[in-house]
Amino acid sequence: MTITSVSLVIAGSGGAGVVTAGSLLLDAAAHAGWYALMSRSSGPQIRGGEAAAMLRFATEPIMSHDDSFHLLMAIDWDNIGRFSAEIPLVAESLIVGDPAHGEAPAALLGGQPRQAALPMTAIAEKIENGRPNMVALGAIAAMIGLPPEAMQAVVEKNLKRKGQTAIDASMAAFHAGFAAAADLPTIPKLPAVAAACEPRWSITGNEATGLGVIRGGVRFVAAYPITPATEVLEWLAPSLAKVGGMLVQAEDELASINQIIGASYGGVPAMTATSGPGLSLMIESLGLAVAAEVPLVVVDVMRVGPSTGIATKSEQSDLNIAVYGLHGDAPHIVVAANSVPDCLFTTQWAVHLAEAMQAPALVLTDQAMGQARAIVPRPAELAFIGQRLTATTAVEGERYKRYAMTGSGVSPMAIPGTPGLTHTADGLEHNEFGTPSSQASDHQAQMDKRSRKLTQFNYGDHWADIEDAEVGAGDTAIITWGSSTGPAREALRRYSAAGGKARLISLRLIAPVQPEKMAAALAGIKRAVVVEQSHSGQFYRMLRAFYELPAQTVSLHQGGPLAFGPGRILEQLNQLNAGSA
Amino acid sequence: MEAVAQKRKYAAKDYKSELKPIWCPGCGDYTVLNAITRALAELALPPEEVAVVSGIGCSSRIPAYTSVYGFHGVHGRALPVATGLKLARPDLTVLVTGGDGDGFSIGGNHFLHACRRNVDLTYIVMDNQVYGMTKGQASPTTAPDWEGSKLTPEGTGINPFQPLVVGLASGANFIARVSSSDPVNMARIIVEAIQHPGFSLVQVLSPCVTFRPEQQEWRDVVRTAVVDYTDDAARAARRLMTDDGFNVGKVLYKGSRPPFRPEFEHTDGSVAELEARFAL
Repeated sequence: MTITSVSLVIAGSGGAGVVTAGSLLLDAAAHAGWYALMSRSSGPQIRGGEAAAMLRFATEPIMSHDDSFHLLMAIDWDNIGRFSAEIPLVAESLIVGDPAHGEAPAALLGGQPRQAALPMTAIAEKIENGRPNMVALGAIAAMIGLPPEAMQAVVEKNLKRKGQTAIDASMAAFHAGFAAAADLPTIPKLPAVAAACEPRWSITGNEATGLGVIRGGVRFVAAYPITPATEVLEWLAPSLAKVGGMLVQAEDELASINQIIGASYGGVPAMTATSGPGLSLMIESLGLAVAAEVPLVVVDVMRVGPSTGIATKSEQSDLNIAVYGLHGDAPHIVVAANSVPDCLFTTQWAVHLAEAMQAPALVLTDQAMGQARAIVPRPAELAFIGQRLTATTAVEGERYKRYAMTGSGVSPMAIPGTPGLTHTADGLEHNEFGTPSSQASDHQAQMDKRSRKLTQFNYGDHWADIEDAEVGAGDTAIITWGSSTGPAREALRRYSAAGGKARLISLRLIAPVQPEKMAAALAGIKRAVVVEQSHSGQFYRMLRAFYELPAQTVSLHQGGPLAFGPGRILEQLNQLNAGSA
Repeated sequence: MEAVAQKRKYAAKDYKSELKPIWCPGCGDYTVLNAITRALAELALPPEEVAVVSGIGCSSRIPAYTSVYGFHGVHGRALPVATGLKLARPDLTVLVTGGDGDGFSIGGNHFLHACRRNVDLTYIVMDNQVYGMTKGQASPTTAPDWEGSKLTPEGTGINPFQPLVVGLASGANFIARVSSSDPVNMARIIVEAIQHPGFSLVQVLSPCVTFRPEQQEWRDVVRTAVVDYTDDAARAARRLMTDDGFNVGKVLYKGSRPPFRPEFEHTDGSVAELEARFAL
């Protein structure tokens, strides 16, 4: 079954209210019983830069954008050419522009889309306090089949504080646009949904990330602002305060990671969120958390690298630093969220893993999912709550061994304040007591212990999301991770709809690697395509290093900020099978 | 009337671990360790309610030589670790120990912001104007003409960092200088530093007998400061700016800025309420 959906872009310069319009449309769509996904793209300007809101609506949950857009609604044309690569338009697409702002720039016309005019400014001027973006929304609603009542409800809720006059002006502009759309060419309409019975949320990936750590039990956060992770922190600061936690703005990322090490050593589950440049600064101290066995969570909302790269756009290129960046042999946990709602699952799971294994857990998300807002089915309650094995009572005549050898590798941790169990936690290699030691035997034993904690842990089925058209059937797989999972999922659906049988394996647990589970997941698979958004194919190389892959495995990789659409992945699947037939 | 809990008495040795320090014979840090344990005994703090945090360097070895909770982290990051610990666990008494390289060079930014943030910590810096653990390189407090290092055989040619002046300007709430040759006074001042709310900075002139043997003369050069502390930052600044670095044994500045102490406070919220805001 393929997804019935409508995709559109609202673009304009700063002040045009593009993102506001997109958010209103998203909420109204939810009100109408649809599901939706909205991503933002913006220029580098701090204020007033050009912006585009990319939206997709469907009657069922969606995790990915489509290969092209049905509609580009341009409130004006300022710098819109900069987005042309991110807004694929084809012959069936329709560009609607305002004649007051002139002609559509040539950069948008490569796919020979249809064009039409909507005098948004002129229509808005006839309405007191009317704004062109609301006229645009009205036209969009009419074109995609969104009932005006849905927008009415959303506008009333959002503009409540501004008063009835503002609501009336907005709705008058909306209705004028709605009526004007009668003269426009058509794009596909979505069917109306009778009633929204399934409870749904409107949430961004960065908010879901924040909620996940709070659900997991984190009550201390120290962080330094960085795009595109800042929203995680902005959501967490007031939310932590409500549940008895705190967020401290640190002087830099070196301080944030070390503050959370201190808080966690003090017994309070702790995390920080950052992006690539910040993660680079934290790496040394992540090793300290490994050696001293301090549980903590670091979320990396990945952006285009290297160096400052493209701060506002997405890439899956921090895999290598997350897995291999630490000096020495430093066993740690790396997990990755694969959708907006999965940010919640994966971060909550990460807190659980970190606390249970007394080790740092890195969570990889990215700008694309972090700053995207989605209308999703209400996420399930999860049982993961950070559970730290603690030592609470001193044994008479026995000196406490903070790093005692145990079968699981996890040693009961004494929290400061506990009488009789004082010790020094140390980043220097140490013996079981925590006393610094340079002896080979201590290093060997402690390395084995730190590694054993992670390899013996039962990760259950959460290590990967595996999706089959028909369980156990098919000999072709898509192996992917993170944001690439959304389009891969959709490619799989299209492939199945065309009678193909394939399997999706999306890794959530990046490290430690799970060769046995992967072998089972690949049973019967003869061909695979590995999909990722990295210039050098980091994920593919990691798979090659640690897993037995089918002989016929191809790597589909490219650097950000462009992402593979479902169509490109499907094409690769078809090529793979045509080649082997 | 409620019964007053009997306060247990402690001796300095109750705060010492069985580990033998790796320091060179004659190192000033021995007396600092003694002074810290003496101060803790005087305050009669149960060992489990005290934490000593450090980074890397000779003097950063102190946590393991105590019997309180210790954290020995990476180079330069002791202050953030201690900040996180104290904010998360305001019930603990948190000390930070380290050297001039750890605190003022690699950890310099944290020093500024720890002073500024004014969390209730006591920071004891053993200043010997040299990197001892790496065998004798110039530190941020080394005089510009010191030619004792192969890295800077002509001297650094750079003016030394002025920790107390910078600390004052950055907002430290308590500033003192002591000499390792006077452990009794040092213990007394550490007691005061711990008791004073906010960020307390104690600079200890602690000679490195191995790489700066000439510092053994410090014991003859230091003098007890002639004036008592001031609570006037402008006056303290003037004194510190004109000071030759050898006025010891006294508190130099005591501020009254309230410490940074955000509360872990439930404001009647629940996770369910947070989630409700996402529901449509």
